[in-house]
Amino acid sequence: MQKILFIDPEKCSGCRNCEIVCSLHHEKVCNPNRARIHTVKWETSGLYVPMVCQQCETPLCEVVCPMHALKRDDKTGAVLVDYDLCVGCRLCVVFCPLGGINVDTESSKVLKCDLCDGNPLCVKFCEPQALRYLDATAVNLKKRRAAAEKLSDLMKRMVQV
Amino acid sequence: MQDTIPHLMASPRSAKNPWLGKRVVDESMVWTRKVAYIDLTQGTIIAKPIPKDLRRLYLGGRGIDMYLLYNHLEARINPLSPQNILLIGVGMLCGIPALGSGRCDIAAKSPLTGAVGDSNIGGFFAPELRLAGFDHLVITGKAEKPSYLWVNDGQIEIRDATHLWEKDTFETQDIIRDDAEDDEVKSLVIGIAGEKQVRFANIRTGMKNAAGRTGMGCIMGAKNLKAIAARGTLDIEFAHPDELIEYSLEMNDKILNTRWAKAQSRWGTLIIYSNTNTTGLIRTRNFQRNRLENGEDLEPESMDRYTIGMSGCYGCSVHCRHRYVLKEGPYAPIFGEGPEYTSLGAFGTMVDCKKMDTILVANHLVNKYGLDTLETGGLIAWAMELYEKGIINKQDTAGLELTWGNEDALFKLIKQIAHREGFGSTLADGFKPAITAIGKDSASYAIQIKGMSNLHSDERPTPSLALNIATSTRGADHLRSRPAIDLYGLPEELLEEIYGVPVSADYTSYEGKAHMVAWQERLYAVTDSIGICKFQTVFCSVNAPKWDEFSKLIYLTTDLQLSEDQLMQVGERIYTIERLFNLREGFSRKDDWLPDRYFDEATPIGLPIAKGKKINRERFKKMLDEYYLLHGWDENGVPKKETLEKLNLDQEPSHQV
Repeated sequence: MQKILFIDPEKCSGCRNCEIVCSLHHEKVCNPNRARIHTVKWETSGLYVPMVCQQCETPLCEVVCPMHALKRDDKTGAVLVDYDLCVGCRLCVVFCPLGGINVDTESSKVLKCDLCDGNPLCVKFCEPQALRYLDATAVNLKKRRAAAEKLSDLMKRMVQV
Repeated sequence: MQDTIPHLMASPRSAKNPWLGKRVVDESMVWTRKVAYIDLTQGTIIAKPIPKDLRRLYLGGRGIDMYLLYNHLEARINPLSPQNILLIGVGMLCGIPALGSGRCDIAAKSPLTGAVGDSNIGGFFAPELRLAGFDHLVITGKAEKPSYLWVNDGQIEIRDATHLWEKDTFETQDIIRDDAEDDEVKSLVIGIAGEKQVRFANIRTGMKNAAGRTGMGCIMGAKNLKAIAARGTLDIEFAHPDELIEYSLEMNDKILNTRWAKAQSRWGTLIIYSNTNTTGLIRTRNFQRNRLENGEDLEPESMDRYTIGMSGCYGCSVHCRHRYVLKEGPYAPIFGEGPEYTSLGAFGTMVDCKKMDTILVANHLVNKYGLDTLETGGLIAWAMELYEKGIINKQDTAGLELTWGNEDALFKLIKQIAHREGFGSTLADGFKPAITAIGKDSASYAIQIKGMSNLHSDERPTPSLALNIATSTRGADHLRSRPAIDLYGLPEELLEEIYGVPVSADYTSYEGKAHMVAWQERLYAVTDSIGICKFQTVFCSVNAPKWDEFSKLIYLTTDLQLSEDQLMQVGERIYTIERLFNLREGFSRKDDWLPDRYFDEATPIGLPIAKGKKINRERFKKMLDEYYLLHGWDENGVPKKETLEKLNLDQEPSHQV
């Protein structure tokens, strides 16, 4: 079954381990600027949101790429960049609705999540489990349970009244 | 090799500076990061590489900061004068995805104590400075007008900070980010307390992280330096990246498998209160009691009312800080991070306030103004005891009723200290000047060592912890050598395995405890130099990483091979150079001593083992002798010639960099 890199911003503690290990694995250096995942922070209100490519069903990056350099990997479902074809025009960066594609500060080519070939390291390093690699159905199950919990809280309160 | 270009340095990627920026074959990044000398009076900036030999002897962070402080600071200068040096140092392991590797060490001669000034701060600044190309900054002189430093990819500029002056610590960081139009800028800043040169003003970064205790923010204020902002995109290269990923994961598992990390992930350091307030190891009403009666609201569970989640420093999987929102009360709404056990003591037990709301407001105020939480609370608790005893009255305090638990007076006095107004101006210079100003027998109520307030812990039942605060190079400071695991009642076999010598398992004993303190000093000196969090070494748990793990991490990041013994010697060297610094500044054996109350007043309550305890003068003196002997210092605490030779300190100051 297809797996999904699932983000739960409420759990993120903002430690940036995901960014560090992403750049260490892919570029062999620690440089969050060259990571494929990024935690956007509103420091003064305490909100942290990890942002990463969601491997869209209809990937706009793939649609707009003039070189057809972006293709889906059947095994993992990740949309991958073929660097032999990529010319660095960055149209994908412009069109991605999530800001999921980054420009490499070294090579000026584009960087995007490849799900570490089906074993995403950011998930392994995310202790609070703000990042999880789940079966597609499990994602829905968990979301549904969380929503139901809120509803049940509400119902309990109504009963108490 | 050095280049001097006022205000600006060549890009690190230019051919002129081949040691910086781009990958150097077979070299890890530690060798490529530079030390920058910034003279705020002249406006000159000089960058130099850091010699490898120095790395081997002092690693980075606190170690190299202490070397630089001993080498560059003129003896016995006024700490507020332009000659004082402000040092910023990045830890050696900075950038690994484990153990809270984002620690930054900040040093100078302390304006509070006149001794070693040194603060280790978490958050996200150190990695950004390293990404920008520098591991150490040496800041001298005084800027003509409010200024801030802008560090970006190998370049350093001194910028105008007129528009930042009088802004609080949160606003200042936001404005710098807005000016740069870059959310990723990280800054070390001071608030109003630093500007007013309150002698225990902090340097702050983020919502909570504070370089506290020794008044480093005061030094920035004295230099007209409002902030140091960094933004970097240069690679941090490690010698063995793939193995480092694997080992980092192992380290994170190791720390998270400890009971302490699990508790801290959920409750933060507030969890300590649940233990100390029931055992009698806590101080309340300055030094009068050792339990807060009816103090249930300060139990960590109360934080559930305010917490929206936890927050971690860079590279930390423990995340020990609450992100909290206070929605009600005259100071609401407040968003803040923390509070630490330290703030709970400073604004709770010490001043007899019993509501978590009070702690959260006070915590927010000191963070906003950039004041040290512990020193502020310690001074206010002392003033409250003086008020109770009639040594000061309402006239002295300009109308403030400093009665126990008076929350309103507490908030007002915090503000007054930060702004040097009213009675706050008497306290703003710390214990020693305040004792002189107030006179009478105010000194005998002051729980301070070397001019620094002690944590709200009660060390009378625990000789090891008492020796820890008496001998710390910073003053009455627990973080230099606290042997916290002494409190766990661990089996003697295990203690001997860790410390290498027989140590009594009884925490009220004096046996082997001097050795325990010296061992922790070495461990923490190395911890602060490789730049990881103290909570992720043998502080709270015996199962946390220590020498072996440090040795492997140093190898994986830098290729340097340092054995356990060599690392211990590094720790000993760092601690001894700090000792040399303090001796040069006029400190001596008589300063390694506890306040009289530790010897004369017995603990009134607590567990049977902790109740009725005081420190025995004679035995404490013997323990101090033993401690000096273990360090290779003479009976006056002066390092012997052969000790200095053994530690490569006989040639200091050597001015290698």
